[in-house]
Amino acid sequence: MSAIVVFIDQVDAPGKLHAIHHQLLTLARGAGEPVAVVAGAVSAELAAELGAYGVTRVLASEQAELGEFLVAPKADLVAQAAAAVSASAVLVDNGAQGKEIAARVGVALDAGVITDAVALTYDGGALVAHKSVLAGSYTVQARATSAVAVISVKSHSVEASLAEQAGAPAVEVITVAFAPASLGARVTKRTPRAASGRPELEDARIVVAGGRGVDGDFGPVEELADVLGAAVGASRAAADAGWISHAAQVGQTGKKVSPQLYISVGISGAIQQKAGMQTSKLIVAVNKDSDSPIFEIADFGIVGDLFKVLPQAVEEIKRRRA
Amino acid sequence: MENSALNIVVLVKYVPDTQFDRHLTGENHLLDRSESILSEMDEYALEAALVLSDARGGAKAGNNVTALTLGPAAAAAAVKKSLQIGATAGLHISDDALAGSDASATSLALAAAIRTLGPVDLVITGMASTDGETSIVPAQLAARLGLPQVTFASSLEVEGTTVTARRDGDDVSEEIQATLPALVSVTDQANEPRYPNFKGILAAKKKKVTTLSLAEIGVPADAVGLAGSKTTVTAAAERPARTAGVIITDSGDAGIQLVDFLAAQKLI
Ligand SMILES: Cc1cc2nc3c(=O)[nH]c(=O)nc-3n(C[C@H](O)[C@H](O)[C@H](O)COP(=O)(O)OP(=O)(O)OC[C@H]3O[C@@H](n4cnc5c(N)ncnc54)[C@H](O)[C@@H]3O)c2cc1C
Ligand SMILES: Nc1ncnc2c1ncn2[C@@H]1O[C@H](COP(=O)(O)O)[C@@H](O)[C@H]1O
Repeated sequence: MSAIVVFIDQVDAPGKLHAIHHQLLTLARGAGEPVAVVAGAVSAELAAELGAYGVTRVLASEQAELGEFLVAPKADLVAQAAAAVSASAVLVDNGAQGKEIAARVGVALDAGVITDAVALTYDGGALVAHKSVLAGSYTVQARATSAVAVISVKSHSVEASLAEQAGAPAVEVITVAFAPASLGARVTKRTPRAASGRPELEDARIVVAGGRGVDGDFGPVEELADVLGAAVGASRAAADAGWISHAAQVGQTGKKVSPQLYISVGISGAIQQKAGMQTSKLIVAVNKDSDSPIFEIADFGIVGDLFKVLPQAVEEIKRRRA
Repeated sequence: MENSALNIVVLVKYVPDTQFDRHLTGENHLLDRSESILSEMDEYALEAALVLSDARGGAKAGNNVTALTLGPAAAAAAVKKSLQIGATAGLHISDDALAGSDASATSLALAAAIRTLGPVDLVITGMASTDGETSIVPAQLAARLGLPQVTFASSLEVEGTTVTARRDGDDVSEEIQATLPALVSVTDQANEPRYPNFKGILAAKKKKVTTLSLAEIGVPADAVGLAGSKTTVTAAAERPARTAGVIITDSGDAGIQLVDFLAAQKLI
């Protein structure tokens, strides 16, 4: 069986695997022999967790450069580890960093790169990536024609599962030879963001998003989100106004989400906003202007004042649950 | 520190207008590029270059901003628009053999094109194209050109030969420093793009646009296009367009009707 490399970043948040890693390892196990390539330390707990997901080999580096410079050293690690184990595929998460690692590994290994995969299947031994393109207007299947396939995979592309038999993977230390230009973009300062305590936008089953219509007050949006256990999103106008972090922005230059339910509140529905949310299963819109384009794609639309509709809905949900 | 004139290349892609329906056509599922424009996210890259040039006295003081596009004959329009906005020169890589290039083939040809320009201080790109939306071309270009990669910059400063940028991630905001020459991709937070004005439109007519074929940039035809790409799209299905559902006007109980809808959908 050929090796499938899964990249695991432990530099910023060491000690445990994230849900996306469980999913990538599950995908890798289905396609071949999962090999974890770790940037950072591999604790006994981490090794055991990797083993539980069927990992037989771990290649790890704790070289300081991995954390001191942007993206490129991690890509060098992944490319050199993938070459060392003759991997047939490399899987990374689809975050900004993950996609860029994929991009550079593709150059290093002369390999095809596919981003934004929402599912992986196999066809005659080849990995087929399924993705949505052109702001959700098409779904396509793509594959690499090169010896190695490099794929960045979105959250929830598979239901993560433990291996039937847990293994105790051997941890091999790899010493990466960094290209000079890989050590060119130094990270001089890191400012962590405060966690909101709410679900991550891309993982949430429900997203409640507010736009310019909230007029500086995200309270009603957050209260509805909290009774629904939802993540809070925003239009660019709301983020630009400083009412909420840009990390909450949904759209062309923000997050692309496809939850079970997207509740759009005080958002007009510009094409760039739709680009990030129109693959949601159900869309509910609350907007006081009946001509807003958001109503063209809403499954349930309310022409009304968000400051009246949202608090009433919150009260009603609480009443029914009481 | 002394701020000397900069030689900047800005990447501008010619993409189908997102305001209209976009279609994949033919057996290779290629994007129909007929109704196309300068990618709106590349306007931020151009603006970033012009801000740096302006601060150093502009073209008069020897600053160069070359708008580079790779695409069909019509892609010259993206270069032309960039010249109207303020770029000083244009470079268009056009060759029938490029049709169907994936990101790796595109970055290969773009890297070769940039090498023809001699020593360049900065390569500035958008954060993503509005068609491919992969964000991988900038990282691949940096790798191919051996330049420091400063990507997803939401702010950008150049003092002397030091590039400083901010990169806002989900969990952390990072400050990045690099030394020129470097590749930078900018987000839509980096600046507020300017529009072409009448003077700019007139001035653009006198600016030079160079069109080069693959042979002229030294790239073999089979290294790009469908033949040279390392990915292939094997199937494509158009998603049915979303249609409007039930729209109600609030007459005092819309919040309750909303909860009824959520309950009917088993979402609460
Ligand atoms: C390159 C580029 C990238 C972009 N990327 C994104 C992106 O990623 N995400 C994004 O969202 N936008 C993006 N935009 C911006 C986009 O074009 C729109 O400007 C933006 O989405 C508008 O935000 P909005 O709907 O909140 O504001 P507006 O368009 O001003 O709409 C506000 C809405 O609130 C309604 N409203 C007001 N008061 C109330 C009330 N009391 N109750 C109910 N409704 C009310 C109004 O009727 C109106 O429809 C991008 C633009 C560009 C050029
Ligand atoms: N064919 C092209 N011509 C010019 N610039 C391009 C081209 N393809 C990609 N780019 C640049 O690379 C950025 C990211 O593109 P992408 O990787 O396709 O999302 C774009 O914003 C452009 O600046």
